[in-house]
Amino acid sequence: MINDDLYRRHHVVQAIAILVVMVFIVRLFGLQVIDKSYRNKSENISLVNQTIYPPRGLIYDRNGDLLVFNQPIFEVMLVVRDMTNAEEPFDTLAFCRSMGIDRDYFDRRLSEIRDRSKNPGYSQFRPQVFMTQLNSIDIAPLQQELYKLPGVSIRQRTLRDYTYPAAAQVLGSIGEVNQRDIDSDSYYQSGDYSGRDGIERTYETILRGIKGKEVLMRDIRGCIQGHYKNGELDEEPVAGDNLTITLDIQLQLLAEELLQGKVGSAVAIEPSTGEILALASNPTWNPSLLIGRQRSANYRELLNDKTKPLMNRATQAQYSPGSTFKTLQSLVCLQEGGITPQTLYPCSGKGSSPIKCTHHHGSPVNLINAIEQSCNPYYWQAFRDMLEKDGYGKDNEKFRARYQLWVDDMMSFNLGRKFEDSDISEQSKGSVPQVALYDKIYGKTGWRAMTIRSNSIGQGEVLVTPLQLCNAAATIANEGFFITPHLCKSDTFLRHRHETAVEQRYFPLVKQGMARVMTNGTGRHYALPDSITSAGKTGTVQNSRGRDHAIFIGFAPVENPQIAVAVVVENAGFGATWAAPIASMMMEQYLTGEVTRKDLRQRISSTVLNPNVINRK
Amino acid sequence: MASRTNNTFRYVDWVTIGLILVLLIFGWMNVLGASWSFDQTSWFDFSFRSGKQLVWIGTALLIGFVILMIDWKLIQDSAWILYSLMLLLLLITPFVARDIKGSLSWISLGPVSIQPAEFAKFTTALALSAYMSRYGFKLRSWRDLLIPLLILGVPMLIIMVMQKETGSALVFASFILMLYRKGMSGNILIAGLAAVVLFILALKAGILMTLLFVGIVILFSIGLIFYLRWKDNRKFKWRNVWLTLGIGLVCTGYSLGCNWAFQNVLQDHQQKRIAVVLGIMDDPQGAGYNVNQSKIAIGSGAVFGKGFLKGTQTKMNFVPEQATDFIFCTVGEEWGFVGSSIVLIVYLMLILRLITLAERQRDEFSMVYAYCIVGFMIFHLTINVGMVLGLMPVIGIPLPLLSYGGSSLWSFSIMLFTLLRLDAARVEKMR
Repeated sequence: MINDDLYRRHHVVQAIAILVVMVFIVRLFGLQVIDKSYRNKSENISLVNQTIYPPRGLIYDRNGDLLVFNQPIFEVMLVVRDMTNAEEPFDTLAFCRSMGIDRDYFDRRLSEIRDRSKNPGYSQFRPQVFMTQLNSIDIAPLQQELYKLPGVSIRQRTLRDYTYPAAAQVLGSIGEVNQRDIDSDSYYQSGDYSGRDGIERTYETILRGIKGKEVLMRDIRGCIQGHYKNGELDEEPVAGDNLTITLDIQLQLLAEELLQGKVGSAVAIEPSTGEILALASNPTWNPSLLIGRQRSANYRELLNDKTKPLMNRATQAQYSPGSTFKTLQSLVCLQEGGITPQTLYPCSGKGSSPIKCTHHHGSPVNLINAIEQSCNPYYWQAFRDMLEKDGYGKDNEKFRARYQLWVDDMMSFNLGRKFEDSDISEQSKGSVPQVALYDKIYGKTGWRAMTIRSNSIGQGEVLVTPLQLCNAAATIANEGFFITPHLCKSDTFLRHRHETAVEQRYFPLVKQGMARVMTNGTGRHYALPDSITSAGKTGTVQNSRGRDHAIFIGFAPVENPQIAVAVVVENAGFGATWAAPIASMMMEQYLTGEVTRKDLRQRISSTVLNPNVINRK
Repeated sequence: MASRTNNTFRYVDWVTIGLILVLLIFGWMNVLGASWSFDQTSWFDFSFRSGKQLVWIGTALLIGFVILMIDWKLIQDSAWILYSLMLLLLLITPFVARDIKGSLSWISLGPVSIQPAEFAKFTTALALSAYMSRYGFKLRSWRDLLIPLLILGVPMLIIMVMQKETGSALVFASFILMLYRKGMSGNILIAGLAAVVLFILALKAGILMTLLFVGIVILFSIGLIFYLRWKDNRKFKWRNVWLTLGIGLVCTGYSLGCNWAFQNVLQDHQQKRIAVVLGIMDDPQGAGYNVNQSKIAIGSGAVFGKGFLKGTQTKMNFVPEQATDFIFCTVGEEWGFVGSSIVLIVYLMLILRLITLAERQRDEFSMVYAYCIVGFMIFHLTINVGMVLGLMPVIGIPLPLLSYGGSSLWSFSIMLFTLLRLDAARVEKMR
């Protein structure tokens, strides 16, 4: 163009381009021709990051007894490219022989590894897990053949191991992470393990520790040449923290032993702290079944078992509370002014109709006798009078307001809801039927005390979990409050105190009634030995699936409660016959350290009430 | 229309097209090399990158062909519309983009993702050309620079601040070459260079050494001024002495500022990348990982390379982003010093050819536009190959025409063929 001075500037632009390219060519000459270090470093050294897995934290019981620890396991890794690209063909036969597998399995496994839809992280250049969870005996033959199998390597990891064949549902298990875990937590890589359920899942971040890594040099044949920079960049793994849980393993073992051959659960709580001493659910299994190579097969078996062992009945099964509900019913009726401690109700006659008594005792009865004798008509009349105290009112308003009070009071015992501030991951809510529910079924004006009378004796729409029942027993033992039941042992952590809506002054009466159950009433055959006082309440719950459920709640000693218990045995018959002895022996074990009633123990633990229950211990 | 099309193909610059095709074909071979795996049964399998890249190349050429067919006046007339639409798109992008490694610049359209920032270069170049070709416009003083700086600064800021895509934003710095050619003071170019040198010095040699260096240079300059006074008193001006001292002061302040900014303004990963290039930090597993692996890969190529598809380093996924930003690694490994040098020389030929095209334009619009493209090519080449060779910090921008990726290919194809279209019309404009 016209401006000569500016025209000359295009030479500057040309010069810049030429200069840049020249600098690059000089640099390339340096890297590729002069500097031979990149070539001679054993022909293309490359760096490999290898993860070192930290040992997972150990789990102890409340007395420092080791429950869960680690054992070493081995994994066989394949680098597909190194296998297929070696100078000599891969000796599949030798590999299969040393692994104890056949050719079909080898081919199938290899095609699974190469299938990106099943193994999205597949790369033929990186080690892929061929077989996992082998023990040192499984791996020994391969170790000897390793030198002639290019692309095959062995990686060591750890596996869980258990001191006692107990508490499987509480402890949970570890398994391989899924894609969702990998996406949501950058800690995980494909092939890692994490807690899948129970304590292992809840406290995963505490137990897992911090991964380490080593930076290794690898030559073109895929052989590791050693640590890069003598291991300067390696990072040691940090072991997971150990965990002490609140279980008393001896108590847990006893509970599981006594539940053998039956479907049911047993829960024990220390009332003053909310610490769960035992959380047993039967059918159960030996936790060792869910580790190692047999994990998936065993898991599938558990999943398909009709008795549903994988369900933790202690926290997830929901039952009508039956007569054990009368304890809470007493408290709420006293609190809301339906009855006084002196109120007497007849056990038969017009006023008590249509609820009939199932026990033989004097009539009329007061509150303490009603608990002792588990008098159904008493509770029906008390429940009715509490609800009808203000009459029904226009549009049923007054009655419904009274019922709402009853609901609120019951829910203050944490019925009808989960323990949200607890560390128990698998819980059911249970149910306290709400006003809205009955409005929906019967219409606002369509329901009366008579309509919902079954609730008075724990047979209606009220549903509870064994954990909630045990917590209710603990609340009565504490006279009005509970600490959220929890599993992690700590003096401060998780000590959440909750007050109930019932005043403290009503509790001693109910306690007295429950103590009478153990001395004169339905639980009298299973009072504790050595004059240890105890309190309890039996329940025999009608249900649609066969024989009655046997239920028992209680605590001991009465003056200074140290353990509260709830036991449910499904389709067993009377609560006094099946649930009470189990609870009684558990309380004895915890308070004295042994069970003196050897015959009773033998009789209960050897009785099979449900022939479908498989013993997997 | 028919005659115009005829003209286009008669006057279009086949040399440039030839060079572009050479780079595209060679690029595809290297994408194949970088992503080749032995499980792959066909080179044209569209589930692999090489197959996809083939689609991108085909569509890019198609776009180029279409551009050659359109009326060159349309290109000039649509400059401002395209620029405004792109600003709008850039503003929307961060809100609809998926977060990819902290960058909010990719929009997903079904199976493909595109990066609007890639195309913003093109629209900004058009807008600058339109503005600077207005009747009577001349770059005489810094006042004339204000509007052009605004035109290029707005998209740059949006990309840098809102989309957190520093690499793509830095490309806008390449307009400096065009501005220089069109009359901006050469001192600004020199000042820019000095700023980079001082920045590196301040971080690498430490602030004391830098100040010492500045002091020596200033003293030497003043000494020179007085020496010249002794030789020939007539040309001496005291102003020059004060100016030199002033520059020294600015340099001192700037060096101190660099140190502070490095630690307080730059993000952690950016600090690390720069520190690794400057050799302050050795971190072959972290920030230096890419560069270290890429140097190993290139170094292992030696004089003649390992041969097509025979590279091991790049294929083992040791070099991340090997098919995109680090494609030059594969070139180095598989084709060696000879092959890499040839590629660089082909690039140089293309750039020099583009400069020639730029100089032969008869209208301001085409010339300004052509120099914008020259700037992009030089900048991308410098940063990308510099990064792969460990001479520049890791800034994620692609190597034009070679790197895997649709956005980059399309954008360079649009830019280059638009230039070719404008160039082919030069005879028409003369009439």
